[in-house]
Amino acid sequence: MTAAVEESASVRTREAALLEIRQLVVEYGAGERPARAVDGVDLAIGEGEIVGLAGESGCGKTTVANAVMQLLRPPARIVGGSILFEGEDLLGKSAEQLRRYRGRNVSMVLQSAMNALNPVMRVGDQFVDTMRAHERIDRRRALMRAGELLELVGIDRGRARSYPHELSGGMRQRVIIAMALALNPQLIIMDEPTTALDVVVQREILQQVEALKREFSFAVLFITHDLSLLLEFADRIAIMYAGEIVETAPAEQLAVSPQHPYTQGLLASFPPLTGTWTRLTGIPGSPPDLRDPPVGCRFNPRCPHCRPEDHELYVRQTTERPKLRIVAPGHEVACHLIARGSE
Amino acid sequence: MTTAAPLEVRSLTKHFAVRSAFRRTHVHAVDDVSFDLRHGTITALVGESGSGKSTVARLLAHLFEPSDGAVIFEGVDVSRVRRRQDVLRYRSQVQMIFQDPFASLNPVKTIRHHVERPLRIHGIVPPAQIEERVHELLRTVGLVPPQDIAAKYPHELSGGQRQRVAIARALAVEPRVVLADEPISMLDVSIRIGILNLMLKLKEERRIAFLYVTHDLASARYVADDILVMYAGQIVERGPIEQVLSEPLHPYTRLLLAAVPDPATKLRAQRIEARKGRASAAVDPQEGCRFVTRCPLAIDVCSRVTPELVEAQPQQAARCHVTAPAPSS
Repeated sequence: MTAAVEESASVRTREAALLEIRQLVVEYGAGERPARAVDGVDLAIGEGEIVGLAGESGCGKTTVANAVMQLLRPPARIVGGSILFEGEDLLGKSAEQLRRYRGRNVSMVLQSAMNALNPVMRVGDQFVDTMRAHERIDRRRALMRAGELLELVGIDRGRARSYPHELSGGMRQRVIIAMALALNPQLIIMDEPTTALDVVVQREILQQVEALKREFSFAVLFITHDLSLLLEFADRIAIMYAGEIVETAPAEQLAVSPQHPYTQGLLASFPPLTGTWTRLTGIPGSPPDLRDPPVGCRFNPRCPHCRPEDHELYVRQTTERPKLRIVAPGHEVACHLIARGSE
Repeated sequence: MTTAAPLEVRSLTKHFAVRSAFRRTHVHAVDDVSFDLRHGTITALVGESGSGKSTVARLLAHLFEPSDGAVIFEGVDVSRVRRRQDVLRYRSQVQMIFQDPFASLNPVKTIRHHVERPLRIHGIVPPAQIEERVHELLRTVGLVPPQDIAAKYPHELSGGQRQRVAIARALAVEPRVVLADEPISMLDVSIRIGILNLMLKLKEERRIAFLYVTHDLASARYVADDILVMYAGQIVERGPIEQVLSEPLHPYTRLLLAAVPDPATKLRAQRIEARKGRASAAVDPQEGCRFVTRCPLAIDVCSRVTPELVEAQPQQAARCHVTAPAPSS
């Protein structure tokens, strides 16, 4: 039964996927015990779709992003799986092909985008460099385009003459987003793009990304630890824990019916702004060391449903890795509790 | 119930002079800020980055000297004490917890060293009892077994555990007041609640007066009794937190509340119009409300007259001509 379910899952995603990650495995470090930062991740992103990848620090979400951008450097290395962009595997492309792919097809807004700008170059010149690395365009026209792009993200075009230090954090972040749009890519990867900003600016920027997405119809892979943000912003959400995806679902569905105990714990870690006060517990313990992850389900040491009293289940939880199973259309969960319920 | 205020802040002001090539400007980082921190109470201080909230915490920790105003600790103005002995005594009563638990611990020293150092410096317990007290403190903050934890180095602990060490170290001197500057913003979501619950426990069991500096309204609501909202160096609203968050007076408080992600609604797409470059309202402020350029409710008087903090509801005050007008006008 399991095999059939997995088959149908991959057939379904193959139809319209812009990007498809299949069974990706990435390791850091060499020797007997390398750390598997990403261990068998499947993720598909359709055209114009906003997919959120959420998880705690060290769960491998940034490594997935870097793998998609083909930016992994030793000691990180891809040891298994494939990354298909419009059906073509990126692993095996030449350096020049990858250079063209970055920017034209996929661009990235980095975690510390505040520091991603060159401090001694005017903002406009940095746009010109980006554009001229990928297409034949003269300087004057490139600067014009830079001005248009800045206006798209709500920055006065005269700011093209500013140096990065003359801009606020929120403006620098918008400049980076404008730069990511410069080559009209099909997919933009955003890795914690608003984490360093305060809530008001964060909201403005996300509303703007949403508006730009409607206009230019690019897809977004949005990586964050802030699940509450994704519920509002993303079409579909994948929850990552210790190198694995443990649950994926449409955002609306995840908000109302999270199935994995880790997802439930994450959602219960955000204190509400309204309603009666209730004591929250968070999730006890901390994420595992990926050089030596727990056997069986990796969440088992922190899982409230993993108890020796329930012997049969406990044995499976501590010996067998749960697989992603479909529980509802578009909703997949990797948890032994679910498997038990459906059999 | 009336609770004594160990720490009273009166018209606290801090201006920083900023010199550039052509002119000299003054950043009014903190302007005429007054509030009390009471025993067994958590007071949240919220605002966006650059609002001056961290400067307030640092002024209270005696890391800067204020330009004006007073910090009264148990009846004595401590804002200008200079004698090392007096500063030490104040710091043994008012402790600070910083945002970054990775930077606030010495990487080459064990956890034991961090927790026992304040015990020795301030002579809290006789040397023979230090070991026992260290273990007790670690147990208090939920680091068990304390014997194992004490022997570890900071890099062997997770971010949440490190922040607990920082709290144990702050508690070592048995402070009356703890200033927590964004203590959870660098921690993983799943362990933040643990730190907030620890603050609640310490508030109840030890009657500590907490100042909780944050930009996160939801976590402020979870732990705090009172709230102070800061904008461009001034307190723009204060009151009991439940009351302020359910019926906010100041337009800035309303804006902050509206910006918090709400899983129940979908984000609206919105194009942001280009804003002309505008310096922060705290730089060489003019007469008038500092929020006026962003305010949807602004009226004529707002750009001419600086609003006062007016108690428009019982215990709830705001600095706004429209929603909290002064009684005389």
